[in-house]
Amino acid sequence: MATFDHDAALARAGANVSGFWGRAAFLARRYPLGAAGLLLVVLFVVTAVFAPWIANRDPFTTNARASLAGPGGGYWLGADFMGRDMFSRIVYGARISLAVAAGATVLGFAIGIAIGLAGGYLGGWLDLATQRVMDIMQALPLLVMALVMAASLGPSLQNTIIAIAIALVPNVARVVRSSTLSLREQPFVEAARAAGLSELRIAVRHVLPNTMAPLIVLATAQLGSAILTEASLSFLGLGVPEPHPSWGRMLSESAAEYVRTAPWLVIFPGIAISLTVFGTNLLGDAVRDIFDPRERT
Amino acid sequence: MTTPSTAAPVPVLEVHDLKKHFPVRKGLLRRTVGHVRAVDGISFAIGEGETVGLVGESGCGKTTAGRAVLRLIEPSSGSIKVMGQEIVGLSKAEMRPYRRQMQIVFQDPFSSLNPRMVAGDIVGEPLSVHGVARGRERRDMVAALFERVGLRAAQMENFPHQFSGGQRQRIGIARALALGPKLIVGDEPVSALDVSIQAQVINLLKDLQRERKLSYLFISHNLAVVEHISHRIAVMYLGRIVEYADTRTIFTRPQHPYTEALLSAVPVPDPAIKRRRRVLQGDVPSPVKPPSGCHFHTRCPYAEARCKVEAPPLREISPGHRVACHLR
Repeated sequence: MATFDHDAALARAGANVSGFWGRAAFLARRYPLGAAGLLLVVLFVVTAVFAPWIANRDPFTTNARASLAGPGGGYWLGADFMGRDMFSRIVYGARISLAVAAGATVLGFAIGIAIGLAGGYLGGWLDLATQRVMDIMQALPLLVMALVMAASLGPSLQNTIIAIAIALVPNVARVVRSSTLSLREQPFVEAARAAGLSELRIAVRHVLPNTMAPLIVLATAQLGSAILTEASLSFLGLGVPEPHPSWGRMLSESAAEYVRTAPWLVIFPGIAISLTVFGTNLLGDAVRDIFDPRERT
Repeated sequence: MTTPSTAAPVPVLEVHDLKKHFPVRKGLLRRTVGHVRAVDGISFAIGEGETVGLVGESGCGKTTAGRAVLRLIEPSSGSIKVMGQEIVGLSKAEMRPYRRQMQIVFQDPFSSLNPRMVAGDIVGEPLSVHGVARGRERRDMVAALFERVGLRAAQMENFPHQFSGGQRQRIGIARALALGPKLIVGDEPVSALDVSIQAQVINLLKDLQRERKLSYLFISHNLAVVEHISHRIAVMYLGRIVEYADTRTIFTRPQHPYTEALLSAVPVPDPAIKRRRRVLQGDVPSPVKPPSGCHFHTRCPYAEARCKVEAPPLREISPGHRVACHLR
């Protein structure tokens, strides 16, 4: 397992690596797109966390007289059919997206790591069985897999998270398993065995931490697809139900009926989804370049 | 080098007829079609404070033998006694107390240290796992070990990539010493180091041996290094020991034709000395299908008819000097 010495590489490139900010400034200059992505992601997270202070109206209050009100005036981004403020709903929608993206990533990675580590480290029939299940799951695209899960679990925020998490599992399990296969033959693992450590302790303390670099890359890359999958599920009516303001459902509710009469109902949630996914993808690419210089394109 | 009192009542390590055969599987059903006889019945003993060098060319099974002695690889058959106690067949839990008695130092100073752990944890982990010391006490013990192997205690907080190859090998030695073992298996412990660093590490190992009455099984392909550290030497060829004697005897009066050839290949740092090189013909045969009779007969300049048929036993031809050859 090659470990990449960031400090040495940064120093070679002439960076001031003495402090956190020195490094951050250097990385931002070297990966301007990544920095832009990080900015978008930070904006997204801040919006989600401070939604009650950012939104100027209650996202759930309906107002018949403001139905389909255009942008400007009291409603910055307009109002939907029920007269709910679009700006506030988009701000609150960030919470749903963040909850799903973070929840699904954490849950999916936890399950994937457990399966990959157990299969790769122990081998044998367990590895064979889990890998064939992963094969079957990987044969379906992420969205189709999530659709199957969501349809059988029923629509709710929790179930959406679970559905997307399960769809993420095969990729994670694959990555962990392949690193584990090479790591378990390393002399430092043999040394741990010679010292009398239990296999569980060896797997968790010595093997697992060394599989993390590619996982961080994968996690950032998957954030965007998790957000997109949630939006797609909600768009198809299998995601987060009313009254939660999900960007995907806001699109689907309005797309058919109001796209001509009130285009802001489609445009603004669309922009929110695009910017967030774009941001996480840019960040993901930069993270991959930093952690895994071999795959740089 | 002199042989220390081999009269020690119980040897630290006693290996008898140790074998390790790896199955060769082929086809869809993974049927076993043969075995790699990596280690094919070797016997030796190491007394307290003694070093036995295990030499041979690549693929002769010396590394497998070292791993099997520690049961890092499960031996196929044979007996391994540590301080007189049989350890083959013990369960993982029953093995634990013996793990404290025997440790290993690896060849590659890079892959033998976990890159995600600081040096102090690498050395100290065995101490916590065996309940020897925790917290402050452990810190102090690890600091003492660091000082002993020639590192600074302040370096305990550093990660492996912040050390040089020689320093990393010192960390590996400190880790092996942590549990206070009786026996250390050195699997080519200096082969990956620069020559100047090799000497330092060898001297460190010798000093530690004197201080702590350590026994070493020193595996190497480098005869010059082995000569320097070993009291006795076992020469391996294709999974078997072909000659076993004290270091001086091996170097002055080698009896096995393979040992002769190995020694003639050692470079001598004196251009004035003209030597008769005995260059072996051909390659090492496959350990899957070792030659009949004496494994060495295909390359032996003196081979006779019976060498192809009959495997020579390891006979004692003079006190303490064993050779596996029909002609001696």
